[in-house]
Amino acid sequence: MTTTSNAVRTPPVWVRVVAPITVGVVILVIWIVAVDVVKAAPRALPSPIAITNEFVLRSGIIVEDMGITASNALIGLVAGAIVAIVLAALAATSRPVDGMLAPLVAAIAVVPIVALTPILNTMFGASSQFGRQSVAAIAAFVPVFVNVLRGLRQTRPVHRDVLRSSAATGLQTFRVLTLPTALPYLMSGLRIASSIAVIAALVAEYFGGPADGIGTAIATYAKSGRASLAFAYVAGGIAIGLVFFLVTSLLEWLVSRRKPV
Amino acid sequence: MIELAVNARGVGKTFPTKDGDVVALTEVELTVEAGEFVSLIGPSGCGKSTLLRLIADLDPASTGTLEIFGKPASQARVDQDYGIAFQQAGLLPWRTVAGNIALPLELHGMAKPARAARVAELAELVGLTEFVDRYPDQLSGGMQQRVAIARALAEQPRLLLMDEPFGALDEMTREYLQGELTRIAAETGAAVVFVTHSIPEAVFLSDRVVVMSPRPGRITEILSTGLDDIRDEALRESPEYFERVTAVREALHGIPVERANER
Ligand SMILES: Nc1ncnc2c1ncn2[C@@H]1O[C@H](COP(=O)(O)OP(=O)(O)O)[C@@H](O)[C@H]1O
Ligand SMILES: [Mg+2]
Repeated sequence: MTTTSNAVRTPPVWVRVVAPITVGVVILVIWIVAVDVVKAAPRALPSPIAITNEFVLRSGIIVEDMGITASNALIGLVAGAIVAIVLAALAATSRPVDGMLAPLVAAIAVVPIVALTPILNTMFGASSQFGRQSVAAIAAFVPVFVNVLRGLRQTRPVHRDVLRSSAATGLQTFRVLTLPTALPYLMSGLRIASSIAVIAALVAEYFGGPADGIGTAIATYAKSGRASLAFAYVAGGIAIGLVFFLVTSLLEWLVSRRKPV
Repeated sequence: MIELAVNARGVGKTFPTKDGDVVALTEVELTVEAGEFVSLIGPSGCGKSTLLRLIADLDPASTGTLEIFGKPASQARVDQDYGIAFQQAGLLPWRTVAGNIALPLELHGMAKPARAARVAELAELVGLTEFVDRYPDQLSGGMQQRVAIARALAEQPRLLLMDEPFGALDEMTREYLQGELTRIAAETGAAVVFVTHSIPEAVFLSDRVVVMSPRPGRITEILSTGLDDIRDEALRESPEYFERVTAVREALHGIPVERANER
C-alpha cells in the first residue's frame, strides 16, 4: 500500500528517463509516417530522415556555424554574468546603489532586448559579432543579477551569530558565509541565463551582422525553400541550447548538493 | 579573590520596535564564577536568550555594566573568552564536520597542522572521531549539536554559553548529551551559562539555577542545587535531585506564562 502510493508520487529513475524518450520516439514515428508514408505534411515540413541526411552531408559547415553562435552566446553569458555579479554585490552592500539599480534592472527586464538588435548591429558594423554578443550579454544580465542579489541576502541569523561570536571580520564573513550561501543562487541564475543567452545570440542573427551563425543560415535556407537544411540548422541550435543547459545544470547541482540543516 | 566569569550589574535591554519599546530585561544582577555551571530558566519571553546574547556581545546592553572576566563584553568576544552554541546547531552545510569544528581556528589564522590536531582532539572530546569527513546533512540532530559544541570549545574558552542547545532533541538523546556536557565542562574547567525550558535539565546540570520571569524580563530567584560533582544516572533517581526539582518548580510557580508574543 505504502510502496504503491510512494511510487505514484515519485516515479523511479528509469521511468523518469524512459517516459520522455518514449514520447520523443512516438512523435518521431508519427512525423515520419505523416511525411514519408502518408505524404500528408506541407512542403515546408521535411521528414526527420531528410533532415538527418542534410545534417550529415553538411556537418562541416553546420558545426562551424554552431561554433560562431555558441561562442557569441558564451561570451555574452560570461560578460553579462560578470557585470551582474559585480553590480549585485554593490547593491547588496549599499542601499543607495540598490535604489539606483532596481529601476534600471526592472527596465532592462521589460524591454525586449532583441528589439535593440538592428540598432546594435548597425552601431558595431556588419562585420562585427559585437552587436550579437552585446544582445546576449544584456539578456543574460537580468536573471543573474536578480538571483545573485537574492542569494547575497540569504545568510541565516544563526550563521551570522556564529561568525560574530567567532570575532570574524567583515571580509571573512563575506568569504566563509555570504559567498557560499549565494553560490547556489548564482548557479540557478546562470542556468536560466544560459538558455536566454543562446536564444538571444541566435535570434540576433536574424537582424543583420556578419553572414554566419546558425540563425543567419536558418533564415537564408528557410527563405530559399531548402527546408531540410534549415531544419538541420535548427537541430544544431537545439544542440547548443542543450549543452549550455546541461553544463550549467551540472554546476548548479554541484554547488547545491549539501542540503541546509 | 575568585575570578568572575560573568559580572552583570543592573543590566537591562530595551528593543525599540514600531509599536513602542519592548523591555526585554531589567535590573539583572548576576555573577558566574569561573568553572561554575549556571542555568537560566523561565517561561518563554522572560529574556533568557536576550541575557545570553548580551553576555556574548551579540547585542549591546541598554543599561548597566556587564563584565566578562573583568573586561567589557565586546573585548571578551574579540579575545574569544567564550564559546557559544544555539538551539539550531548553525553548522555550515557545505563544510564537513572537521571543517565546521575548525571554523573559528581558521578565522583566527591557526596554521593547518595545529588546526588538524586540535580538530582531532575536539572530535574525540565529543565522540565524533569517525564522522569528521561527513557533512552536516548526513548527521542526526544530536550529532549536529555535538559538532556545534566542539566548535564552541575550539578556542579553549573559559566560558561556554548555551541557548537551549538540546531543545530540539528527543528525550533519550537529550539525557545522554546532558551527561556528556557535564563531563566536558568538568574536563575543560569552563564556566557554563545554560539556557533551558526544562526544570530537570537545569537541576541535573547546574551548580545554581537562575529563575526568571517575564514582563519585564528579570531574575526572581537564584537557587543553589548543592549537588556534588558526580552527575550520573543514579543522581536522576536520588531524593536530593527530586527535592531540588520541586524547589525550582515552586520558584517558577506563580510566574505568569506569556502566551501572546512568544518567541
Ligand atoms: N530583536 C528583538 N526585537 C524586539 N523584541 C525582542 C527582540 N528580541 C527579543 N525581544 C523580546 O524580548 C523578550 C524576551 O525575549 P527572549 O530573550 O527571546 O526570551 P526567551 O529566550 O526567554 O524566550 C520577548 O518579549 C521578545 O519578544
Ligand atoms: Mg530563547
